[in-house]
Amino acid sequence: MGVLLIEKVFEGTVNYMRLLDEQGNADALFMPKDLDDKKAVEMYRWMSLTRAADAKMLSLQRQGRADTYAPSLGEEATQVGSAMAMRKGDIFTPNFRQHGVYFVRGWDLVSWFLYWKGYEEGCIVPKEVGGMPYIVPVGTQMVHGMGIAFAQKYLNTGAAVVSYVGDGGTSEGDFYEAMNFAGVYKVPQVFIIENNQWAISVPRSRQSVAKTLAQKGIAAGLPCIQVDGNDVFAVYKATQEALNNARSGPTVIECLTYRMTMHTTADDPAKYRSDDEVNAWKEKDPLDRLGKYLRKKGLWDDKKEQKLASDNLEEIDGAVEKAEKFKPDPKSMFENVYSFMPQTLKEEMDAAEANDFWQEKE
Amino acid sequence: MLTNMVGAINNALDLMLKADDKIVVFGEDVGKDGGVFRVTDGLQAKYGENRVFDSPLAESAIAGMTIGMAIGGMHPVAEMQFAGFMYLSFAQLVNHAARYRSRTRSNVKLPLMIRTPVSGGVKTLEHHSESPEAFWSHPGGLVVVEPSNPYDAKGLMIKALKMDDPVIFLEPTKLYRLFKQEVPAEPYEVEIGKAAVVQEGTQLTIVTYGTMVPLVKDVVAKKKTDAEIIDLRTINPLDEATIIGSAKKTGRVMIVHEAPLSFGVGAEIAARVAEKAIFELDAPVMRVASPSFPYPFPSYEKFYLPNATKVSQAIDKILQE
Repeated sequence: MGVLLIEKVFEGTVNYMRLLDEQGNADALFMPKDLDDKKAVEMYRWMSLTRAADAKMLSLQRQGRADTYAPSLGEEATQVGSAMAMRKGDIFTPNFRQHGVYFVRGWDLVSWFLYWKGYEEGCIVPKEVGGMPYIVPVGTQMVHGMGIAFAQKYLNTGAAVVSYVGDGGTSEGDFYEAMNFAGVYKVPQVFIIENNQWAISVPRSRQSVAKTLAQKGIAAGLPCIQVDGNDVFAVYKATQEALNNARSGPTVIECLTYRMTMHTTADDPAKYRSDDEVNAWKEKDPLDRLGKYLRKKGLWDDKKEQKLASDNLEEIDGAVEKAEKFKPDPKSMFENVYSFMPQTLKEEMDAAEANDFWQEKE
Repeated sequence: MLTNMVGAINNALDLMLKADDKIVVFGEDVGKDGGVFRVTDGLQAKYGENRVFDSPLAESAIAGMTIGMAIGGMHPVAEMQFAGFMYLSFAQLVNHAARYRSRTRSNVKLPLMIRTPVSGGVKTLEHHSESPEAFWSHPGGLVVVEPSNPYDAKGLMIKALKMDDPVIFLEPTKLYRLFKQEVPAEPYEVEIGKAAVVQEGTQLTIVTYGTMVPLVKDVVAKKKTDAEIIDLRTINPLDEATIIGSAKKTGRVMIVHEAPLSFGVGAEIAARVAEKAIFELDAPVMRVASPSFPYPFPSYEKFYLPNATKVSQAIDKILQE
């Protein structure tokens, strides 16, 4: 006679972490050791610059001086907190919204403006920045990150890779495939889900009925955690711990944040979500929250705020001016397709040049 | 050494694994099993699991992983088990592999290779016999290679693995073990982007590649046609100069490929011949290919693939024009 056997063979948990509350209070006991006052102020500066550059780009787009743009307003803590936790040599694979990550890692604003003005030259990211260019097809960057992480392990560089994906991106096959491969090959990769609650007009609830997006890592056998993505300290702490553990394998971090404005300049959020929802998130603003903390500790005041705002503007305006002087070279489109120039492609290029098809290049 | 195409490719991978630490070979079942066609047989035993290893089953991740590895300083060679399953990697290859170099103005280069068995004629299950060369050639940015014999397979593979371009290496299943050829044991290169003139002729130019090369050679030999046979070897970039030169010489051009007729490599070649040599032709350009629908089931393949009769009749027709 057979016996019905049922036993629990697996149990998974996802913890939520927050360090800095909405009133700007954080318990020093739980702060990462290297996160001192100086670093907290530095975080505030990068988040402010990100917000200012974002606002500038929106205004340029509205004036017809830039192409479609994906704003980062409201998501600065997730981006700056994780980027500041990266070590020298670490590499990141972004989607199209991690502007703050680039700034922290030292990418120049001129190149950044060039990307959003529609020039490939805005994809030239110097090696020391450690960032891949923006990736637009959703989720596809996660497997690149996995391959780059594989190479770090294979070549024994000691570096790790941080790969960003949105809440919508966690529905893509490449997201699952990347986590699965990363687990099998035990590569040094950190998966950061920048869950801003909206994939254009589709809310988080329509992406998955899973209670958290972090738990998707459980199926791939990866440790996972959910953090307050508007708390820069929590994001920093979670990313730092994941990077410290990267030698023993990948980690999934879901950062709960909110896209305070449109997906890109091509949509109007008023059409698909309520003001009440947006207003509720205003109370949780990541920059205000960190500002409150710094002021309570006597590290920040109105005078410093004004100085920072004018410094940021000066830097941004200078970069815009340089970017707007950029002169494209149509031949560069042809000359960088292969390591060699096929005769047939050369003929296409020569014909275009000879017949002055590029007269509108200004 | 006397070897078939499987042996030649295995030997090329062996030599390149030995020559370059950055090269790794991976994919589904390529390790202990040596791949479903045994192309990588023995390589894991020789080079270890660090250099030759199995992957989980996910073609998009395999392709995306090669991109990441190349960015990270390696030169990966991934096997896609069958071309029909490789379509899952389409987004990675077209969105990223094909344009990473140009979109970064050569700041990021992608030395990588995707190998896959292609084409029919060996009675495999559905989805196991596809001829996808036009898909991979159309976007530009991907080098697409398809050898028809052991010598070219080895030389093209070695050359491709010394370049820093993404290369799609298509291996006709039917030719894997069809015949053996004397191939140098040492490394050598076959130029990429250069077609081979298999035999010279004056009456007619037949442009072909892959599985159709031995078929065309047989038919031409039996009919004693004075045909010039061009084996493309590299599909993209196309060796237009060799094709146009031959078209002007013979005045008649026929393209023979196994892939479906419409929107294929034949259309591209016909268009180029029309653009550059139409006034020197004595007959309209002719295409011989499989009909314009997806590959049928194995027992229907004999009614689908171009055969000796179809090629022979086409030769008769074009010579009468």
